[in-house]
Amino acid sequence: MQPIVTKELTKKFGTFIATNAITFEVKEGEIFGFLGANGAGKTTAMRMLCGLLRPSSGEAKVAGFDVYKQADRIKQNIGYMSQRFSLYEDLKVKENIRFYGGIYGLSNNTIKEKTKQLLQKLQMEAEADQLVSALPLGWKQKLAFSVAILHDPSIVFLDEPTGGVDPVTRRQFWDLIYEAAGRGVTVFVTTHYMDEAEYCDRISIMVDGRIQALDTPRQLKAQFQAESMDDVFLKLARGK
Amino acid sequence: MRTIFFILQKEFLQIFRNRGMMAIIFLIPIVQLLVLSNAANYEVRNLAIDVVDQDHSAWSQRLVNKLTASGYFKLHRQTFNEKAAFEDLQLDKADIVLMIPRHFERDLVREDKASLQLLVNAINGSKAGLANGYTNNIIRSFNQNIRTEWLALDGRNGPAVIEVTYSNWFNTRLDYKVFMVPGIIVVLVTMIGAFLSGMNIVKEKEIGTIEQLNVTPIRKHHFILGKLIPFWIVALFELALGLLVGKLVFHLPMAGSLWLVFLFAAVYLWVMLGMGLLISTFTETQQQAMFIAWFFVIIFILMSGLFTPVENMPHWAQVLTWFNPIAYFVKVIRMVLLKGSGWANIQIYLLIMLAYAVVMNGIAIWNYRKIT
Repeated sequence: MQPIVTKELTKKFGTFIATNAITFEVKEGEIFGFLGANGAGKTTAMRMLCGLLRPSSGEAKVAGFDVYKQADRIKQNIGYMSQRFSLYEDLKVKENIRFYGGIYGLSNNTIKEKTKQLLQKLQMEAEADQLVSALPLGWKQKLAFSVAILHDPSIVFLDEPTGGVDPVTRRQFWDLIYEAAGRGVTVFVTTHYMDEAEYCDRISIMVDGRIQALDTPRQLKAQFQAESMDDVFLKLARGK
Repeated sequence: MRTIFFILQKEFLQIFRNRGMMAIIFLIPIVQLLVLSNAANYEVRNLAIDVVDQDHSAWSQRLVNKLTASGYFKLHRQTFNEKAAFEDLQLDKADIVLMIPRHFERDLVREDKASLQLLVNAINGSKAGLANGYTNNIIRSFNQNIRTEWLALDGRNGPAVIEVTYSNWFNTRLDYKVFMVPGIIVVLVTMIGAFLSGMNIVKEKEIGTIEQLNVTPIRKHHFILGKLIPFWIVALFELALGLLVGKLVFHLPMAGSLWLVFLFAAVYLWVMLGMGLLISTFTETQQQAMFIAWFFVIIFILMSGLFTPVENMPHWAQVLTWFNPIAYFVKVIRMVLLKGSGWANIQIYLLIMLAYAVVMNGIAIWNYRKIT
């Protein structure tokens, strides 16, 4: 079973078509890059897949559940991290972990254990009792990602997770993503950084609400006779 | 259930970590109670009075003394010259001018009747009404004193006087604080319910965490209960604090059962929390939520009978108070605390509040969507 399957998925806002009949599949354990210029319809598509937005037409299944009828089941099985910071700044690091663990229904023991593991992995044991507002942005993003996969979802959606983060931290962030993918978590990620696009197994590029290209980075570069993903993106985004 | 518990834990952590919030909960209510209860006072004292005494007789002087001795008036000017008095009235230096015409004493003694003129600065209608009332009362009693004295002197038959004696029930000394404090407590509790709950939910929208919560399996009713219950508890605590301060500082009588007050407040608060929730569903920022809540709460307070009796309002406004939750609570808390009203008396109001709470929360929940 494919973790994400869409068919002709469309979202209209009045007469504006934000996402125009997109069809694609994401394989299990894959890092799927979802690229496109601002306003191309990436966020709309992602919100529909997460059950935050009702599609106008078309079909989509996430983790085997229908986005129209089983949004609640989908939510139990996905993790989500948005470009807007999603942790509570006025709560301590471990209080945030406890809260999100709790609302996903983890038992107290599991929460305790996972908190320990997570802090160890991020090397943040010393910061467990600090308010999140006191952490540097890169740390916050790494923490947010770890919290988003705390309940072991089969799919995690990342909406421009590394916006505004320095290159070193971005690299560390991608290590976390690889590690999760290695454990079989499917990663669906949007980004504007083309070097990050190279890290993905497959990439789709959206232009004006449609998917214009979908393949591995290597194939795309060959197809568009481009040196880098940057060139591929520019050719597609400009070449109307 | 467990989900609600985690949300409650988070909310309380955030409330108690927020210094501003702590001040709003613990400090501001006490200050407001002390200040407002002392300031919102209908008794008018120290009215500035100008006496234009053109008679200058023993009797006119006696009248003036009687007025100033009452404690309600402060003699601002005593003069022959009416122009000076009119000027004081113009410049707002005098609230009231008493004109004692020439031959006041002569007319009084010879003809057994005399006239006085009273000019009242009526820019503030209720103050003017009270000033007029006080003065008339004092003059009437002055009149009676004279009659009694003369009666004793020459045994003539004075006019029959029907004396009305008053007895003020439930607030024997007509203490306005006793009347105001319960109402101010209602306002405090209302503020917590209507403002903080709505603003709290909108804050999650503002900082973007609502998006994160919406992709979790939190159910709509878990989220709503988790958000409203903390302020329900805080507001009930506020009520207890208000009553305690009322008792200790203002010697607020508590004739009826406190349990009834709390029971009513517990239901009433769901109306206010529901209102806050409803407002939060169609606002995007805390400022918007604040202004809309403020708009309604101010209208509710001014039309609640807290400051001006509902019976004084025009008919259409009285009809509107049937839909005013604050009016019910103000009425009930005064009934129970001052009059000792029991279950039978407030039952109907409690039922109305219950219906109101169900409708208000129903609309709010219907309007609140996780999916757009």
